[in-house]
Amino acid sequence: MLAYIARRLGQNLVTLFLIITLAFFLVQAQPGDYTSVYSQDPKLTPEAKAKIQADFGLDRPLGEQYLAHLRNSFTGNFGISFGHYPRPVLDVILERLPRTAVLFLTATVISFYIGFVQGKTLAWRRGGPYEVSMTVSGAVLSTVFTPWYALMMIWLFAFQLGWFPLGKFLDPLLWRDAQVSADYVFNRMLLTGGAFAAFVMAAVLATRRFAGGGLPLPGLPALPWGPVVILLGALATGAAWAMSGVGHLAWDIVEHMVLPIFTLTTISFAGTMLLTRNSMLETLREDFVTAARAKGLPEKVVRDKHAARNALLPVATSLVYSLAFAIDGSVIIETIFSWPGLGMTLLQAVRGQDLPLVMAAFVFIGIFALTAHLVADVLYAFLDPRIRYS
Amino acid sequence: MNVQLNGPGGRDMPGQPGGTEGGTPTAIRAARVRLALRGFREGWGIFVESKIGVIGLVVIVMFALMAISHPILMATIWDEATYDPVTGYAFDETEQPAAPSWKHPLGTDPLGRDVLSQLLSSTSSEFILGLVAATVTVTIATMVGAVAAYYGGIVDTLIMRLADLVVSLPGLSLLIVLSALFDLNLFMLALLIGILGGFGGSAIIFKSQALGISVKPYIEAARVAGGGRFHIILVHIIPNLLPLSFLYMMFTVTGAIFSEAILSYLGLLNIRMSWGIMIHTANTAGYLLGGTSYWWLIVPAGASITLLCSTFYLVGRALDEVANPRLRRR
Repeated sequence: MLAYIARRLGQNLVTLFLIITLAFFLVQAQPGDYTSVYSQDPKLTPEAKAKIQADFGLDRPLGEQYLAHLRNSFTGNFGISFGHYPRPVLDVILERLPRTAVLFLTATVISFYIGFVQGKTLAWRRGGPYEVSMTVSGAVLSTVFTPWYALMMIWLFAFQLGWFPLGKFLDPLLWRDAQVSADYVFNRMLLTGGAFAAFVMAAVLATRRFAGGGLPLPGLPALPWGPVVILLGALATGAAWAMSGVGHLAWDIVEHMVLPIFTLTTISFAGTMLLTRNSMLETLREDFVTAARAKGLPEKVVRDKHAARNALLPVATSLVYSLAFAIDGSVIIETIFSWPGLGMTLLQAVRGQDLPLVMAAFVFIGIFALTAHLVADVLYAFLDPRIRYS
Repeated sequence: MNVQLNGPGGRDMPGQPGGTEGGTPTAIRAARVRLALRGFREGWGIFVESKIGVIGLVVIVMFALMAISHPILMATIWDEATYDPVTGYAFDETEQPAAPSWKHPLGTDPLGRDVLSQLLSSTSSEFILGLVAATVTVTIATMVGAVAAYYGGIVDTLIMRLADLVVSLPGLSLLIVLSALFDLNLFMLALLIGILGGFGGSAIIFKSQALGISVKPYIEAARVAGGGRFHIILVHIIPNLLPLSFLYMMFTVTGAIFSEAILSYLGLLNIRMSWGIMIHTANTAGYLLGGTSYWWLIVPAGASITLLCSTFYLVGRALDEVANPRLRRR
């Protein structure tokens, strides 16, 4: 397994090198260069133009520029943003990357889960009106014009019903008197979220062992212990945040987060659902499913334990390939919801001709995609031993 | 149409080595036509069975009629000064955007241009975009996939690593970056989408399909009979990839229309008029959160994009059942 991860990591480094190279040659191939935003100013004297060009190293030979570009990219020096002057590009990116990660991760996990559960039900009940309506609405949701759909969600849930704020990351009025920065709160929220996810996983794994009637200790009453433990954990976390003094600020961010995540989930679960349905249909024709039925196993067991687990593999493969698509989805959603993540940064930089930021955002979206791929690949190798040992 | 519907019926048809002993070239050709027709009828039967596919086809025909109707309307009852999708101005309305009326069935946009005219005129460019992108994708993916599967070795490795790179890149983000650097028009965008698609995911799928074909006995027979590499790839492998190509064309069209609409909506393309630009106009003029009171600015264009995208997707799914017998209900 470790050898597999090491090999994939090596491949990713090569790909990253290619992406950085691509970024360099794209800028070279375009008409003009980094400085054209400034040097086209007619008030500039030729000397000043030459000075700007020299400052950017554009007077040096191409090979030297390329080497400098590689060195700078791998040491994290992406220059200084034009639009956020004088902040370094890396600083801007590192502030925004976690925000994209949260949006993307939460939506991907939720939508994959919902898609899988729905897909296997659809294949199981093939041919009914439920299947037709879910297939059609799934196809519509996965091909709906995302900006339009997102705007409609804002219009309905935020504007008409007023349940959620109208986009953005936080409410400036609330934060005016705050003693801490949004990043401070948000990074702690991220840590809490990660820890809580680990806790839920541990709780599920631990309580699954005594789900069949056996109890951890003889004196305990027979409760659904998994949900109870998770609920207690959630209450404790909530209480800790409420006592921390920045609880209302964190809640503000959460409120801003719900609608984008919901929107992103609804547009991305359909793909998984339709795929699971197809994969499940193929699995249901296998002999072992007939055998399981013939043994007299309950339908639910045949569906969930025998068919669905085998149908999961192709779906997981497609998840790996659809990650890039999901990242694009979060770019769009961020733009519509004014969610200050990587995607919105990229778009603003593109509109403001802030080339250093554009290229850095591009490289980091690439890194983000590669990391997501790596994680998905490792999970996949975990699911399917044939990959690991090849 | 003939091509995809060869699917199950005429599966091994073009490569049949036995054909050479059958008689004169005309007889072979007649046999091929007969087989193709039979394949067409079988495929059509399966296609019609899935209602979704038929509905999709009807919707596509409807959009095609819309595309055709625009030049006709412009030539007959619509005068250019009022109804031109880009430069027209509805002088008869006192305030813009004007609500739907008999003269302007879908109202006018904030700049006084007729929405129906914009909608109809954009349809044909969406079709062109989709067709160009799909053709480019499928051509590249078929060639590359067949070559990778047949040659194997270093060629295969290089092509597949390139495909992995393209797949892991978020395509839309790359297009946004490209739009910052270059002046993208409709044709360039179609080419870019086609190239990205062709060297990316489709190449992988076509290669795995071609691998299955390249170990079939008739390929072996062709090689024994002295067929050259190019002959085998062009005459025996690629024709058998065609059903899959047709299917992937459908999915590419969906992707291309979608990307164009989003890039236009973000205002990053150099295109005169498109559905995405219509929403962009409504958005930049601030009518999007007006809800239902300015519905004609958003709903026709948004619904058209969604409808055409999902239609091509559904038709692709129906064709999938024709091309892939394992999905069929027995």
